[in-house]
Amino acid sequence: MGAVYRAQDLRFSVSKVVAVKEMINQASDPEIRSTIVDNFEREANILATVNHPAIPTIYDFFTLGTRSYLVMEFIHGKNMEAMLQERGAPFPEEKVITWAVSVCDVLDYLHTHDPEPIIFRDIKPANILIDKDDRVNLVDFGIAKTFQSGTKGTMIGTEGYSPPEQYRGEASPKVDIYALGATLHHLLTNKDPRTEPPFTFDERPIKEFNPKISTSLETIVNTALQYNPQDRFDSASTMKKALIGAAQQTGMLTEDLSVSQATQFFQDQTHAPLWTFTTEDEIRGTPTYHDGVLYIGSYDHNLYALNASNGEFVWKYPADGGVVTKPAVHETKVYFGSTDQYVYCVSTRNGKMVWKQSTEGAIYSSPYIAEGHLFIGSDDEYLHVLNILTGREAWRTNLGSRVRSSPLIVNDKIYIGNEGGDIQCYDFSGNIKWRTSAKRAVMASPHHKDNMIYITSLDSVLYAIDANSGWVVWRFRMDSGSISTPDTNENHVYAGSTDGKLYCINSKSSKKVWDYQTDNQVNSSPVYYKGALYFTNADGFIYSLDAQNGRLRWKYATKGPITGSPQIINDVLYVGSTDHNIYALPA
Amino acid sequence: MFKKIINKLKDFTKEPPKQAEQETSPLDEELVQAARAKERKPYQLNVGHGQSVGIQRDHNEDAFFTLTTMLAYNETELPIGFYIVADGMGGHQNGEIASELAIRSIVEHVLHEILTPLLSLNPQPQNSSFQEVFHTGIEQANTEIVRNSFGGGTTVTSVLIIGEQMTIAHVGDSRVYAVDPTGVLEPLTRDHSLVKRLQELGQISSEEAAIHPQRNVLYRALGQGEPFEPEIISMKRPDEGHLLICSDGLWNIVQEQKISDIILNSPSPQEAVSLLIDAANQAGGPDNISVILVDLPDMKT
Repeated sequence: MGAVYRAQDLRFSVSKVVAVKEMINQASDPEIRSTIVDNFEREANILATVNHPAIPTIYDFFTLGTRSYLVMEFIHGKNMEAMLQERGAPFPEEKVITWAVSVCDVLDYLHTHDPEPIIFRDIKPANILIDKDDRVNLVDFGIAKTFQSGTKGTMIGTEGYSPPEQYRGEASPKVDIYALGATLHHLLTNKDPRTEPPFTFDERPIKEFNPKISTSLETIVNTALQYNPQDRFDSASTMKKALIGAAQQTGMLTEDLSVSQATQFFQDQTHAPLWTFTTEDEIRGTPTYHDGVLYIGSYDHNLYALNASNGEFVWKYPADGGVVTKPAVHETKVYFGSTDQYVYCVSTRNGKMVWKQSTEGAIYSSPYIAEGHLFIGSDDEYLHVLNILTGREAWRTNLGSRVRSSPLIVNDKIYIGNEGGDIQCYDFSGNIKWRTSAKRAVMASPHHKDNMIYITSLDSVLYAIDANSGWVVWRFRMDSGSISTPDTNENHVYAGSTDGKLYCINSKSSKKVWDYQTDNQVNSSPVYYKGALYFTNADGFIYSLDAQNGRLRWKYATKGPITGSPQIINDVLYVGSTDHNIYALPA
Repeated sequence: MFKKIINKLKDFTKEPPKQAEQETSPLDEELVQAARAKERKPYQLNVGHGQSVGIQRDHNEDAFFTLTTMLAYNETELPIGFYIVADGMGGHQNGEIASELAIRSIVEHVLHEILTPLLSLNPQPQNSSFQEVFHTGIEQANTEIVRNSFGGGTTVTSVLIIGEQMTIAHVGDSRVYAVDPTGVLEPLTRDHSLVKRLQELGQISSEEAAIHPQRNVLYRALGQGEPFEPEIISMKRPDEGHLLICSDGLWNIVQEQKISDIILNSPSPQEAVSLLIDAANQAGGPDNISVILVDLPDMKT
């Protein structure tokens, strides 16, 4: 605890403004108290010998009762922590390199100080002042730390910026190098290390928060932040040289890009489809696999049944409108809705219609079958419940706006979203159990895991909702709206967004684990399968990522945007594209 | 409904009515036993709690809060539990002020934002999620402490159970454990202590951690003026077993095996808590001890 005062030295007749730092001695034991004062005075004496333009000059020091004071040069400037707070975003690379080089200069001066090196011990944004000429000043030496005792509750150092060995009481030049690395990391990412567990910088790669940063600068910061002191830069001057080197490197980016494009091309070539099948119009829906047969609808009005192992045509059934959703198969029947407003039931054996039932709006919702009934939403604003044997309507309920979300049924409860932004839960009698409102349309479908409903909305939020009560347990904000239905595996929730990202969120903490940036909207539903995550994109690609860390495994280009989701069965991925084709790819 | 059946069974076993002898076959002993076993474990949460200043301290800087209730209507049974332990620190009574402020501040906020709306005439889902409510509550508590308890700080660990949903919010090193029916203790919180972090990094072993000179140093606590992020997690609550919420006056002093034995062998959570506190004091009682033990209804039956 302490304060810094702006003061005037009255011994001078001219106005001389100084800064007075006050430190309070909180030790209760008199012996410890006097040791602290001794340490303070010893350090103040050392500081008085320091003469560097970027370090405020020490004029005097004294102790009064339980308080000690340091009188020093007053610097007109703003500290970096305040600057970062004001800006609310990472600083650009050039700016940070310029400042970092200056800090290295000061550190080099201190570390090579004669007769003994001086360790600053408390490098952090709050202690780096930028004056009106954009010059760097280091204020507040670690001297204040002598006033902190090591008992429980006393927070040591500036958590997050200090290296591990500092907690063992070691102070070497490498302590300052680590803290400078931590400071640069904070400036480049705007992620405050004090709000994260100590020594976790490697879990927050700079590029993840600031993709524009060059690889060379990222490497420098990572080197400074090495856990073991011997793995960091030898000295501040070596680090300075590396920083200057990074600044001189121009044109690096284009080179990097060409390398990655070549790799992708290579990957595309090796990932050849097992078979393809061409329909007469765009495919926007998702295939369903059942018993060796793939069922998929097309804008050409047909529902196709294909042999899943070789893509051979089995039969097709023509509806009067596009079939843009995912069919459901139950025993020997396949069920699907169409933009012609009808729900169809067709025999899987021969593709002959068993029954059809009209709704009063186009159908963009996929059917769900449970307890002898088919549940489906329609643009007529109703959730329809049909008997699967006859197609007769058992009941329907008005949801208040168009229903493009597909119902999900778990433990005798029906979960569904609507364009009005409601997420609703009904029982089998059609009584509403709960309703939770998003701020914009909910076109995605609910996903259930461990009593939680996960669903996205065009309001940019991924919701985790208690399945029993409908209360929102957490919300995760994406950069843009979403119509992507989430998938889960263990503690991870995956969902795409129109911001072009595929997000992986920790289901317990609601914190982002990783995200993967694409160039276009991710409107389909990701699918987790055997350690990998698969999703499609409006850029025409099918992506496969490592589900643990979000790294690209492979991607495959189709010739049109993809809105449907993949289906993966027996290590084969099936997907339809607006290029009219259905693809079967090795997963 | 269930209670009624059990009561009937009891009547039968105590004093079988005369006509019943002819009309019904005698009750299977197994059935009665099963019914009684279930009677001991109703759907509601069952809680024990206790506190001790310890042997070596002269004042108590811990604070805790428990609220256990049940909302049952139609076919819905909603057990509700809200528990907090706060371990204050800093001399001159600032520690006890800090822990009390933390509890009052969080309780007020959570009651207002979650429990009152949930139990109201027209239960409207709230504007903020559970996790957001806890986040704000802990931030407000921090502000209160910085303002009103100079130099004081506190840990805070809170659990909110609503039906099958559980949210845990914590800062510092007071812990929540899930205790399964075989007595295995699984910590659900991660200590914000330097030693724990060094352990996670493989720098020191758990043996070294236990005697580390800085084992009491936290890197996050309320009231310290440094920015901090509470750790908040939500999950389905365990289907059975217990939840143990305690300050380091218990977990740092009493071996896990001993904790587990006491919980498994006590007839009620309240008796278990008394024995746990006795165990910590018998082991020297170097610190304040706060313990909350929640017996969870068995969801599997």
